[in-house]
Amino acid sequence: MLKTFIRTIRLMRPFTRMIVLALLLGALTVGSSVGLMATSAWMLSKAALQPSIADLAVAPVMVRFFGILRGVMRYLERLVSHDVTFRLLAHLRVKFYAALEPLAPARLSRHRTGDLLARVVGDVESLQNIYLRAMAPPLVALLVVIGTTLLIGYFDLVVAMMALAWFIAGMTLLPLIAWYNGKRLGIERTALQAEMNAMMTEGVQGMGEILMYGGGDSGADYRQRLDALLEQTAAHERRIARWDGLNNALDVMMVQGAGLAVLFVALGRLDGILLATVTLATIAAFEAITPLTPAVHALGANLSAAQRLYDVMDTPPAVRDHNRESPEPQDGSLHLRDVVFRYAPDAPPVFDGVTLDIESGARVALLGGSGRGKSTLVNLLARFYEYDAGTVTLCGHDLRDYTQAGARACVAVMEQRTYLFNTSIRGNIRIARPDATDEEIVAAAQAADAHDFIMNLPDGYDTLIGEDGGQLSGGQRQRIALTRALLKRAPILILDEPVAHLDATTGNAILRTVFDQAAGRTVILLAHQHSALFDEMGLTSVAL
Amino acid sequence: MNKRLWAETRIARAAFWLTVALQVVVAVFLMIQAWALSQIINRAYLLNTPLDQLGDWFALALFGVGGRALAGWLSAVAAARLATAIKADLRRRTMAHLLALGPAFLKSERSGEIVTTLAEGVEKLDSYFREYLPAILAAIFIPLCIIIVVLPLDLLTFLVMLLTAPLIPLFMVLIGKAAGYLARQQHARMSQLGAHFVDVMQGLVTLRLLNRSRFQIKTIRRITEDFRQATMGVLRVAFLSSLALELLATLSVAIVAVEIGIRLLYGGIAFDHALFLLIIAPEYYMPLRTLGARFHSGTEGAAVAERLYALMDQPPPAANGGVQPAPDTWRALHIDDVHFAYTPERPALRGVSLTIERGQQIAIVGDSGGGKTTLSALILRFLDQQSGVIRLDDTRLNDIAVGAWRDQIAWVSQKPYLFNASIAENIRMGRPDATDEQIVTAARSADAHNFISRLPAGYDTPCGERGLHLSGGQAQRIAIARAFLKDAPLIVLDEPTANLDTASEALVIGALRLLAQGRTVISIAHRLNTVIEADMIYLLADGRIVEQGDHQSLIAQNGRYAQMRRDYA
Repeated sequence: MLKTFIRTIRLMRPFTRMIVLALLLGALTVGSSVGLMATSAWMLSKAALQPSIADLAVAPVMVRFFGILRGVMRYLERLVSHDVTFRLLAHLRVKFYAALEPLAPARLSRHRTGDLLARVVGDVESLQNIYLRAMAPPLVALLVVIGTTLLIGYFDLVVAMMALAWFIAGMTLLPLIAWYNGKRLGIERTALQAEMNAMMTEGVQGMGEILMYGGGDSGADYRQRLDALLEQTAAHERRIARWDGLNNALDVMMVQGAGLAVLFVALGRLDGILLATVTLATIAAFEAITPLTPAVHALGANLSAAQRLYDVMDTPPAVRDHNRESPEPQDGSLHLRDVVFRYAPDAPPVFDGVTLDIESGARVALLGGSGRGKSTLVNLLARFYEYDAGTVTLCGHDLRDYTQAGARACVAVMEQRTYLFNTSIRGNIRIARPDATDEEIVAAAQAADAHDFIMNLPDGYDTLIGEDGGQLSGGQRQRIALTRALLKRAPILILDEPVAHLDATTGNAILRTVFDQAAGRTVILLAHQHSALFDEMGLTSVAL
Repeated sequence: MNKRLWAETRIARAAFWLTVALQVVVAVFLMIQAWALSQIINRAYLLNTPLDQLGDWFALALFGVGGRALAGWLSAVAAARLATAIKADLRRRTMAHLLALGPAFLKSERSGEIVTTLAEGVEKLDSYFREYLPAILAAIFIPLCIIIVVLPLDLLTFLVMLLTAPLIPLFMVLIGKAAGYLARQQHARMSQLGAHFVDVMQGLVTLRLLNRSRFQIKTIRRITEDFRQATMGVLRVAFLSSLALELLATLSVAIVAVEIGIRLLYGGIAFDHALFLLIIAPEYYMPLRTLGARFHSGTEGAAVAERLYALMDQPPPAANGGVQPAPDTWRALHIDDVHFAYTPERPALRGVSLTIERGQQIAIVGDSGGGKTTLSALILRFLDQQSGVIRLDDTRLNDIAVGAWRDQIAWVSQKPYLFNASIAENIRMGRPDATDEQIVTAARSADAHNFISRLPAGYDTPCGERGLHLSGGQAQRIAIARAFLKDAPLIVLDEPTANLDTASEALVIGALRLLAQGRTVISIAHRLNTVIEADMIYLLADGRIVEQGDHQSLIAQNGRYAQMRRDYA
């Protein structure tokens, strides 16, 4: 935990000056309250002796000054600390993305599902708050405590020590109790929340089964389980509330107790005129100490988020570049010699001495059921994974002589399930070649039989397609994948199960146009099983 | 305040009012303590009372502190009781409503978003009920309580408090509206930014394949920086509202202090009263400021409520009201001129009629979008036809109790859902009172026993999202075992082999063939090799039956079915 903490502090180093500024402003905010109560109390005490108005001196002005200062300081503090937070967010995102990018997909299989990835992204967002919620409160409290103690100490050392003792108790005891309770109750809470999430997921995704198999009356079994979980959760939350409430009660007793204790010590030691001043100043200073309890909770949550991020960031990538410069591809050939590959050291080999020769311009159908390594071939050529033995010659050079980007420039892959970004159709296609003209985009879409359906969308190529392609069907998605692959200028075109989501008629029509369009490029088609169509189109079928 | 959310408190009204009442009690104790404190200081300072005679006042102050702490604690407990009761009730009701809406409704929604609304969204209502609602009433009653005490003590302070207090809510409404608008914009931009980041991350593999992944670093930095600048511009204005509130509250305290200070000079007010007023003044404004700080919970709660009630306001299919028992031995299911449209522009079924005799095995084929799934949803009564009628012999299907009808059906879907339980429990769903032997028999019939018994924990292996990850074919065979165990007369198969590879498909088809024996089967199919043996094949296109007959006769017709068949091979 300490390591994570230090590493997180280091992350914030570029923003040190702004952070210090925000801290000072935060301390001045509470300091103004202390000042307001102290000067008000002094003014009243002095006035009670009914001196002339001149004896009050600047007190009335000071009272109003602190009244205004507090608001202004608070305003500035909020601006500065939010600015830091957003800068930190940008910094964290870029850093995290740069560390994560080389890990996809090989090292992210543990985080494969979108949900897990979204959680990682959520972790970045919660970490941006670490300054605001967890780091600032204790430091502000420290500054305020020092300031207030010095102020009281100016009048009397013993009274100041009494105040300091209560401050320290408030800064340690209450957060410690909160931390202990949070740890004790938090684990069960997290478990119950996960349970609730799973229960709701079951209810929504398994609704068909619940209704058809769930004991006749609209899922009575499921409802019963849900009721039990709801009751369990509510009971646990009530328990947490009892402890949190106790903590608040202790907080009230601590704050007011401090005031009374300081007053008690001050009686007889201090001039009567100062009694109200020190008492009210002590109570006001606790405004900086009370937020420490939520800060403890926030620190715990943020550090766990940070730890999860660091775990991902520290994973070494599966493939490293051997050269800085990438050779120019010579042709569109691909040769595998005795290639051995396994996904994990203890996993069975997917490639156990595979040899394969595909000449430039050839058209080949690679056949094999699931687990035969069709997608593995793509993973190796795209340098997502490192093979264990054998040689791969891609476009005339050893695969390992290329940089990762260089190797990927040699192959255009039509993925089985391509990802569609939340932007326009045009933007999604152009991502394959940013400098493509609109004409080239249309031409590629026509070749992939995507043009017609795109033109039928409300805004044609400018239609926004929503989160991961939203309403597009599997077939339309595949046609966009194909458009991308065609647009990317690469000597080798790999089609991964190109007709899997299409009905037979459309699928065959598309394949025909692709083969017409890809003149001069090597085409490798990956398929489950042989189809008469492959022979018809002059493909050489090779079993993998 | 959201009216419907307020109405939710009816199940725990007592807890709600207790919460508010206890907060007022807190204010009373607070005044007792402030009074004791001002008396101690007054006596020690002006009356020179010796320390040992102040014991009673110290005791009173401690009594005030203790009472305040205790009442605050009880108030928090009552508030939690309120919030937890309402959250549980909302979740229970929404889920019950979703079950009534059925899976066909969910298809048109983002299921992930519904889960998020139910799990995390409802959680956000916690602070709405626990803090925001009580804070509204506390902001009325606590200042009221204090000002009543202030009135007999000092008229001027009473007037200052009376005049400044309404300014705070007034400002809050005036500035809050503008700030709320800005905050919503800001929130929208923030989630947009988050969504962009998620989008890039999820598409990382595609980006890498297209060699565009490094480029995104610049984009992320630029977008986040743009966001920061735009947001800071907004915040500079938005925070002005809290500045105004803060100024108003602290300056009001300052005004009270100066005003009583000046009058003290001329003996216009007693010192102990003055001190009491000074201590109590910040407490007077505190509930109003707290309410300002809780404003966020209010808007957030309202946003969640909007999504939640949008779901609850969806009318369930009207057909679920039947009460008749299902006849034990029906002879035929008649579908007569049935129409259904998801939206008026998007008709899914446009007059479909067919009859399924008991014991017959029929298949419904056609391209996606042809209406196959809609038809099966009508039969399962996940949807209700908009015109036409489905009858079981002479009884309208809608008159039969929905549970009784579903008891007659064993359903195997395209993507069977396995629950977070053991494999045995998942199969047992078909018949809760089944013995272990019956489960094994069902699994054997579904060709699932072999792979299950090879698993380390066998039938006790946990599966589902948090358990063992089974292949599509394995999950499908567990679903078929479930169907075997249910032993229902009617089998509805909803493209059960659509997501399987050839080898798994063969195993699943074998199991299904066994399941079909002696039962009535309605099979929705995309892949054509599963339907050859059907007694009757209906080809659905654009919501109509365009061809029908058995395999041989359809091939002989040489129409669309024959074409599909050729393309498939």
